[in-house]
Amino acid sequence: MSQLLDNETIAAFKAKTAAVAHPRELVIDLLRAIQEQVGWVPDEGVELAAEILGLPVIEVEEVATFYDKIYRQPVGRQVIHLCDSICCWSRGGEEVARHLRQKLGVGFGETTADGAFTLLPTCCLGACGEAPAMMIGRETYGELTEARIDEILEQKRKTI
Amino acid sequence: MTAYPQLLFKNRHLGATVSLDDYRKSGGYEGLAKALRELSPAEVRETVKASGLRGRGGAGFPTGTKWTFFPSDQPGEKYLVCNGDEMEPGTYKDRVLLETDPHQLIEGMVIAAYAMQIPVGYIFIRYAYARATAALERALAEAKAAGLLGANILDSGFAFELHLHGSAGRYICGEETALLNGLEGKRPNPRSKPPFPAVRGLFGKPTTVNNVETLASVPHILTGGADWFKGLAATEEGSGTKLFGLSGHLKKTPCLELPIGVSLREVVEEHGGGVWKGRRFKACLPGGASTPYLRAEHLDTSLDFGPLEQVGSRLGTAGVTVFDETTCMVAATLNLSRFFARESCGWCTPCRDGLPYVCWLLEKIEAGQGTLDDIDNLRGQKHNIDGRSFCALAMGAMGPVDGLLRLFEEELIDHVKRGKCPVR
Ligand SMILES: Cc1cc2nc3c(=O)[nH]c(=O)nc-3n(C[C@H](O)[C@H](O)[C@H](O)COP(=O)(O)O)c2cc1C
Ligand code: SF4
Repeated sequence: MSQLLDNETIAAFKAKTAAVAHPRELVIDLLRAIQEQVGWVPDEGVELAAEILGLPVIEVEEVATFYDKIYRQPVGRQVIHLCDSICCWSRGGEEVARHLRQKLGVGFGETTADGAFTLLPTCCLGACGEAPAMMIGRETYGELTEARIDEILEQKRKTI
Repeated sequence: MTAYPQLLFKNRHLGATVSLDDYRKSGGYEGLAKALRELSPAEVRETVKASGLRGRGGAGFPTGTKWTFFPSDQPGEKYLVCNGDEMEPGTYKDRVLLETDPHQLIEGMVIAAYAMQIPVGYIFIRYAYARATAALERALAEAKAAGLLGANILDSGFAFELHLHGSAGRYICGEETALLNGLEGKRPNPRSKPPFPAVRGLFGKPTTVNNVETLASVPHILTGGADWFKGLAATEEGSGTKLFGLSGHLKKTPCLELPIGVSLREVVEEHGGGVWKGRRFKACLPGGASTPYLRAEHLDTSLDFGPLEQVGSRLGTAGVTVFDETTCMVAATLNLSRFFARESCGWCTPCRDGLPYVCWLLEKIEAGQGTLDDIDNLRGQKHNIDGRSFCALAMGAMGPVDGLLRLFEEELIDHVKRGKCPVR
């Protein structure tokens, strides 16, 4: 595993912790920073966050496991969140899901053999006017068709 | 197409995210200047109250009333929180607003903070809104550099500090007390009410929580006046303009600003271009995933709080999702129920265990294996869940189930009698 956070970032968080009245409020920022670095939040990440914030590990864990955009299990280099809520469902979301699964050769909650992509379902992404939609990393893609999905995946594969 | 006054989207024609300069050119921060220089905090609260503005986050609580209940004169820590979680399926107006013209929210928050004498604010924004977050970060930096945030704002002596909190998913974070726990870095289960946030909110201190669109409407009330704002509505009882996000089986699915109270027919036929593929209108969710369905006979209903309640639904978030004649309403309700079941925070039994049971019943009926008893059972679940859950998530989940039972009972029975889905 690569280093959880570089020393500079740790120092910056420690300084912030000392400066704010309620250090606990930084827990999501900290978990997101670790995830950005490592790709997911391993046990050691939860322990590090607890140490920086001066919290019991369990109190960081109960936060980390609540949110679906904090990954407490290893994921591929890119995480694909496919919306399965009502607007996307109404505009071909199920067919898009079938195509993505087939194309990637994995089911929801699984990672491709080459470690490139993890496929996860997500609730509404707020792209209802451009349904069906998915989010890869932090970027949202709407008006999905099979051809557009193939194009996006190909382009993503080149960058990772 | 009918052209209506644009407030929240008046700078949308510029295309890109509006900068501080362009915002000011269009009259931006004049509402704040007026509030700070000409009005007392109580006068600002009264102006907002007189405007009739109601919360745009789903519940429609009168904003001025919320502000006048707030212990503004109590010294010490108090907080203003903007709810930008926006995760109710069918709802995307706050995102479009923030990506278009984020300074409106900042200005609205400073005015609100002045009105309630609040020194610190937070904007809670959902994970998926990376572009809106970037737009806000830039706008916050611009506002700070221009002395519109921080100490001594516009030389008035009033100080307000504003922080941005990026969340990490989960619909329940939009429920205001869960949101406060989330902001504090605690597990975001809802809290019991009372005490209400105005009494014990963020970090145990008096707190006002308002939606993005609610707060962004405030500067316009200050510049245009309460009567003018109220008069923008299409109905006598209504107030102001409203952002509508269209989705589902329409030819066009834009997000647009219309007078509150326009008819559903106008939204569907004019702004949505009619039902797609030459098909007929079967039903819609008028205000997001938790609002009971409407049918064709409701097309002339005004999209405003009161009129929608009269026909058994709600304005909610004004995300209008349309379904054409080929849609199976059992399948649609199953999709919605699965969303709520998955997003349940698990705190209370009616929601945690009741919603999966609702899904199971709907799955059974949709698969053609349901009985008439299952339909009765579904009705029973609505009764068991409504009013018995710890927060409003589970009650919202029962919105579409209620609509299904009331308006599409025949379709439910048809599934049972034919032993298969009659529509799909
Ligand atoms: C499950 C649930 C989710 C909610 N999500 C949001 C949301 O994303 N944004 C929002 O403004 N209000 C949301 N609300 C409503 C808030 O609890 C609260 O009423 C609102 O933020 C108050 O602001 P307003 O009066 O300006 O509408 C949600 C409520 C519930 C029960
Ligand atoms: S109703 Fe659902 S979301 Fe609300 S507290 Fe109960 S379990 Fe949690």
